[in-house]
Amino acid sequence: MAVKQTAIALAAGLIFGAGLAVSGMADPQRVQAFLDLFGAWDPTLAFVMGGAMIPMAIAWVVQRRMAAPVAASRFDLPGTNRIDPRLAIGALVFGAGWGIGGLCPGPAIADLAIAPAPAAMFIAAMLAGMAVHRFAIR
Amino acid sequence: MMLPGFPDAMPLQGLAGGLMIGLSAAIMLLALGRIAGVSGLAARATGISAGGAPRSVAIAFIIGLPLGALLVSTMLGGVATTFPTSPWPLLIGGLLVGFGTRLGSGCNSGHGVCGMSRLSPRSIFATAMFMASGFATVALLRVGGWL
Repeated sequence: MAVKQTAIALAAGLIFGAGLAVSGMADPQRVQAFLDLFGAWDPTLAFVMGGAMIPMAIAWVVQRRMAAPVAASRFDLPGTNRIDPRLAIGALVFGAGWGIGGLCPGPAIADLAIAPAPAAMFIAAMLAGMAVHRFAIR
Repeated sequence: MMLPGFPDAMPLQGLAGGLMIGLSAAIMLLALGRIAGVSGLAARATGISAGGAPRSVAIAFIIGLPLGALLVSTMLGGVATTFPTSPWPLLIGGLLVGFGTRLGSGCNSGHGVCGMSRLSPRSIFATAMFMASGFATVALLRVGGWL
């Protein structure tokens, strides 16, 4: 089971990374151009989001009819629907970092294969930020 | 294909890449019963987070990301990227992204793709917040003359 799960996760990561590269989302400048409403606005990211919603919306419909996932014993999904200050502040902070660097976690990690030096610099800082949260909050 | 009025936009590539991202997230959900949230999986893979996916699953998914990008880059003869020339946007941006995604329990993939498609109010709220914050931040960068 573990080997099969690992192989499926590797394939899923590969398809995800390929999708980021195909869509132009590996380019921080393009992502920043989507956020740049007062510059030369580039709507490409909206098409990426729209495209990603289609298979996922279908997957949620299918998921509701399944007792268990194909290669795991049970669904392990976020159950909470709480909207609290943590969620709001975290999202605001994330959005600011996303705007400043033009990178979010997926593209940054995928970019290790395309522009390793700047991607690694961003990822090192990102992991440091995650570690700060781990040790500073709760 | 060109989008009238937006000479730089890549609507078809965006749509095609988006479908692949959605397919990947659908595989994670239906095969493994999990959300394809990259921030959470990265935290799990590096040991920063103890909960969530089995570590081997998280590591495999994270390793897959650059492999997929490499595959596309090789097939297309390169993928265009323009990074900030100064290290500061990368370092400050990275720090804020890392902290913010942990505090807010997700990023574009988890809240944006997986949560919004599930019509989760929490994820719709988070996505609206980080989109608004991203728009405001880039507007401020522009006003400040940094763009």
